[in-house]
Amino acid sequence: MRRSWVSAISNGLIYVLLTGIAIMMAAPFVWMLTTSLKSYDQVFIWPPKWIPQPIVWENYLRFWEAAPFARYYLNTAILAMGVVFGRLVVCSLAAYSLARLQYPGRNFLFALLLSTMMLPDQVTLIPLFLITKRLGWLNTYQGLIVPNLVSAYNLFFLRQFFRTIPKDLDDAARIDGAGRLRILISIVLPLSIPALTVVALFSFASGWGSFLWPLIVTTRSEMRTIEVGMAFFQDAHKGIEYPLLMAANTVALIPMTLVFLLCQRQFITGITLTGLKG
Amino acid sequence: MHTQARRASRDIRRKGLREETVLGYLLLLPALLLFGLFSYYPILYALRISLLDWNGIAKFPNFVGLDNYARAIQDPLFRRALRQTLYYTLGVVPGTMVVGLLLALLLNTRLKARALYRTVYYLPNVAPTVAASIVWKLILDGNWGLLNYVLSRLHLPTPNWLYEPGWAMVAIIIMSIWANAGYQMVIFLAGLQGIPDIYYEAAKIDGANRWQQIRFVTLPLLSHTTFFVLITSIIGSFQVFGSIYILTNGGPAQSTTVMVFLIYQRAFKYFQMGYGSALAYILFGIILVLTLFQFWVGRRSVYYEV
Repeated sequence: MRRSWVSAISNGLIYVLLTGIAIMMAAPFVWMLTTSLKSYDQVFIWPPKWIPQPIVWENYLRFWEAAPFARYYLNTAILAMGVVFGRLVVCSLAAYSLARLQYPGRNFLFALLLSTMMLPDQVTLIPLFLITKRLGWLNTYQGLIVPNLVSAYNLFFLRQFFRTIPKDLDDAARIDGAGRLRILISIVLPLSIPALTVVALFSFASGWGSFLWPLIVTTRSEMRTIEVGMAFFQDAHKGIEYPLLMAANTVALIPMTLVFLLCQRQFITGITLTGLKG
Repeated sequence: MHTQARRASRDIRRKGLREETVLGYLLLLPALLLFGLFSYYPILYALRISLLDWNGIAKFPNFVGLDNYARAIQDPLFRRALRQTLYYTLGVVPGTMVVGLLLALLLNTRLKARALYRTVYYLPNVAPTVAASIVWKLILDGNWGLLNYVLSRLHLPTPNWLYEPGWAMVAIIIMSIWANAGYQMVIFLAGLQGIPDIYYEAAKIDGANRWQQIRFVTLPLLSHTTFFVLITSIIGSFQVFGSIYILTNGGPAQSTTVMVFLIYQRAFKYFQMGYGSALAYILFGIILVLTLFQFWVGRRSVYYEV
């Protein structure tokens, strides 16, 4: 009897602790939401208020004019989807080649591609910028997207996954007369949808949230991505337009949050398998 | 006739092999081209740039050999950036790991609504760095911020976080722990779930209580997960940039200037590409040495399943 009493209390305490931590984790987001619905003079008051009075819904309409946010969204969407499709195509083809085909030099090339995993991005940052500039790709979509397509992690991940698909399926298809390419398209890829989803999700997250690269590759306002645009916006309008800033921030977070909430399981699986964040 | 058949089948195999080789290389080509142009060439190019005194635009930059590296070693701001990066790492890495592990331990039970908690804990990691930093900038406001309001209610000091040289870095560390604990929690959870129950049962039979179980079963068997988290966490913390850029822009009084921020500033604000490249290579060297050191230490202290 006493045992269950004690364990009930300790269970209760654990719930309190967990909920407390959950509140701390969620609080900044809630604060962002409530601030976005305040009028300017309600932002800097003491004590701070959780519920705006009055609720200014117009902020969500007004912020679009404060800076070219619609354009920023478009750019970010193009960047993110470009990275997703680009990586899927490049990494799938290469991973299939490395996993399923035999040819001289295969293992050496695999090791070569893999070795780039070791490199921190800072070393390649300056030369990549100069190369992009020389290609005439500054302030272009291809300049934003293409240098992001090299991802040794995703390549490795897909290759390992392809190797787990039983070769018997390949052989059966060969007997039926299918060529290697056909095997890739009709057998390997459909069976790899979980892995491809993970690659797509992480590529999306990487593209949507990328900051340093778009920062240095775009010099014109109309090519900025959401992250860069927000960075400039919050610098230019210190303290004056906080509600608009928060409204813009909230809307900027929606795609990422939606994608995560809808595909949670794949995200978690992907993280535990690869340790990647994107 | 016998040899003819063998010769025919050998030729077919050879032709198949050739086709496979061609296809193999063909499929690999896009990746090879991209990696070549955007990974390998830049590595060498960066090395060459680091030996120049160049603003990135001039047609005939000066070759200065190792001068950039020598300059870095003597540059007080570089030394400061290195120190501050280390300080940040020493704050963030243990902090995030402790919180992440704690959350994982708490959630590794048959709790109701466990998935809900897991989602909420991971949510900060979903937000891109800049978006999160913008919110935190408001929360950290010295006079009107939410954090100081909470602290004042608890009768704790309420510094002007982002404008006081001592406290700015602390604020950034706090925000980083908030943002990353959920991610590490997910990894630790996976590691925890990989520990077979047999070990716990054996420990219970031997009379171990909760704490002893954690100390003698959980932690040792979690060691390769912990090892992995430690390495990636340190590498990541050496590369912090976005939050610094938004929250403090390297200040106040350059107290939050870390390595990557310094590189960015030198290369893209002051157009000292040569110096910036040298700094980047030095950073790379440091990270490499640190990682190798960890592997060396890890070989002795990471348990593997018996």
